[in-house]
Amino acid sequence: MGELRDLYQEVILDHSKGPRNFGELAGANRRAEGYNPLCGDRETVFVRLEDDVLKEVGFRGAGCAISTASASMMTESLKGKTRAEAEALFERFRDLITGQDRENKPGAPELGKLAVFSGVREFPVRIKCATLPWHTLKAALAGEDRTVSTELTEGPKAESGGA
Amino acid sequence: MSTVLPSHAPARGGRPPLDVEALRRGFPILARKIHGHPLVYLDNAATTQKPESVIEAVADMYRRSYGNIHRGVHTLSVEATDAYDQAREKVRAFVNAAETREIVFVRGTTEAINLVAQTFGRQRVGEGDEVVVTALEHHSNIVPWQLLCDEKKARLKVLPIDRTGEVRVEELERLLTPRSRVVSIAHVSNALGTLVPVRRIVEIAHARGVPVLVDGAQAVPRLAVDVRELGCDFYAFSAHKMYGSTGVGVLYGRAELLDAMPPYQGGGDMISSVTFEKTTWNVLPYKFEAGTPNIAGTIGLGAAIDYLAKIGIENVTAHEKDLLDYATPLLTALPGLNVIGTAREKIGVLSFTLDGIHPHDIGTVLDQEGIAIRTGHHCAQPVMEFFGIPATARASLALYNTRADIDALVEGVRKVQRMFR
Repeated sequence: MGELRDLYQEVILDHSKGPRNFGELAGANRRAEGYNPLCGDRETVFVRLEDDVLKEVGFRGAGCAISTASASMMTESLKGKTRAEAEALFERFRDLITGQDRENKPGAPELGKLAVFSGVREFPVRIKCATLPWHTLKAALAGEDRTVSTELTEGPKAESGGA
Repeated sequence: MSTVLPSHAPARGGRPPLDVEALRRGFPILARKIHGHPLVYLDNAATTQKPESVIEAVADMYRRSYGNIHRGVHTLSVEATDAYDQAREKVRAFVNAAETREIVFVRGTTEAINLVAQTFGRQRVGEGDEVVVTALEHHSNIVPWQLLCDEKKARLKVLPIDRTGEVRVEELERLLTPRSRVVSIAHVSNALGTLVPVRRIVEIAHARGVPVLVDGAQAVPRLAVDVRELGCDFYAFSAHKMYGSTGVGVLYGRAELLDAMPPYQGGGDMISSVTFEKTTWNVLPYKFEAGTPNIAGTIGLGAAIDYLAKIGIENVTAHEKDLLDYATPLLTALPGLNVIGTAREKIGVLSFTLDGIHPHDIGTVLDQEGIAIRTGHHCAQPVMEFFGIPATARASLALYNTRADIDALVEGVRKVQRMFR
């Protein structure tokens, strides 16, 4: 396992303490709720989608430092992107934190600031914290009116027993 | 003139106090380092570590005496059967059941509760009837009853708790009706540490003719449990939380009730004769033990009971109480720390939250210091909902924990707070 400082980088701590684009987004026409049964966290992502472009993205909810920072930085990095660009960025982000991006895939989008999440790969149980907002965004863009659960996605299984 | 002391009080000048340092040497895993730090294991409510004697008993079974039980005439089968039967007798004595046939081996507490819900429950609970649980139950004492209630169109009623995490027993009288068929309660809350007044609940329920199941998973490693003194009808617990093997649990049931219940699963060992026309069930407890059980694990449970008996469970109670009394004010003194679960009678568990810091982040930082705690909802989401929080950080104790472990926890929490300030 890696160093704590690689996980909790200053930028991540900064976003977790003062998340950007936080709160219900006025004029949102897409929204979805995400749920992580491992910690009981719930997060709602709002999108104002116009002509296939994410004009604005916001979120609400209480989560751990990783999921809050991930949501906050996601909202910033998606503004003005097309739906396809957003989904490609998620792919790249997921590859980064699951340690699958060692060789650069041609045509992959630039991660920019999101690269600070590279430390998550050394903490496998925390991968879901970082991807929760992205899965929720994906559900919102798909117009799915349902709660997405991290348990249907990547990473080790969450708790289901053991008191 | 000699004074007769109650059995749970340490005899004056008799048994020496718990020599924790010596005991710790008997748990090989405690010598491990995690991320360069000595392991501070405070996740005992999830599962306890195993002493050498339990590890040896299981290994020795496989090395020397392994065969299937109740099957063969050959030496290994006979030896395995003897050891297995001895484990049952140890369990009987451990919880002071009247007879060994009242001790049913299962996979764990969860299976024990499911067994009762699916046999006793299905037989006795019908449309419009009621099952009563408390608001502090583990999911494994909620969901089996929900499944039953869904099937039978029965109602699950909940005895509330107060803000300290104590069960509001005075509400039970009002909650019980002529339609109440079973009351199922935890002995000790896994999320809050509350010691539930089981005896009083049994008295109230029995006065109305309602049987009581007790989930003792968190109680047996910490308290002397006497099922006859408690007066309960069923008592369920797991070996792995009491220094024994995983995959083994116990259902105690009063013989009269077990006798009247249909089998849980069909298979080998639970029958006395089979033809294609008719099968006759075996006698207790075998009627409920279909298939080859976890033989070595059950031997391990027997070894764990021997281990606890040697130390004296009352000494474990006193030791864990001392640690909880030591830890609670130290943690409470940290600004921004909130203890969740402040019942007057509490044992073994210290749940808390930190203002502005998520339990998961606490857990990750502490792990880097070699400190293992549990973070999450502890399979007790209704408890979390009651306190309006998604999760807690939970430190839970065992006989091998020390004040130094608590000091490490407190120092670790300080580090967490510095990091997320």
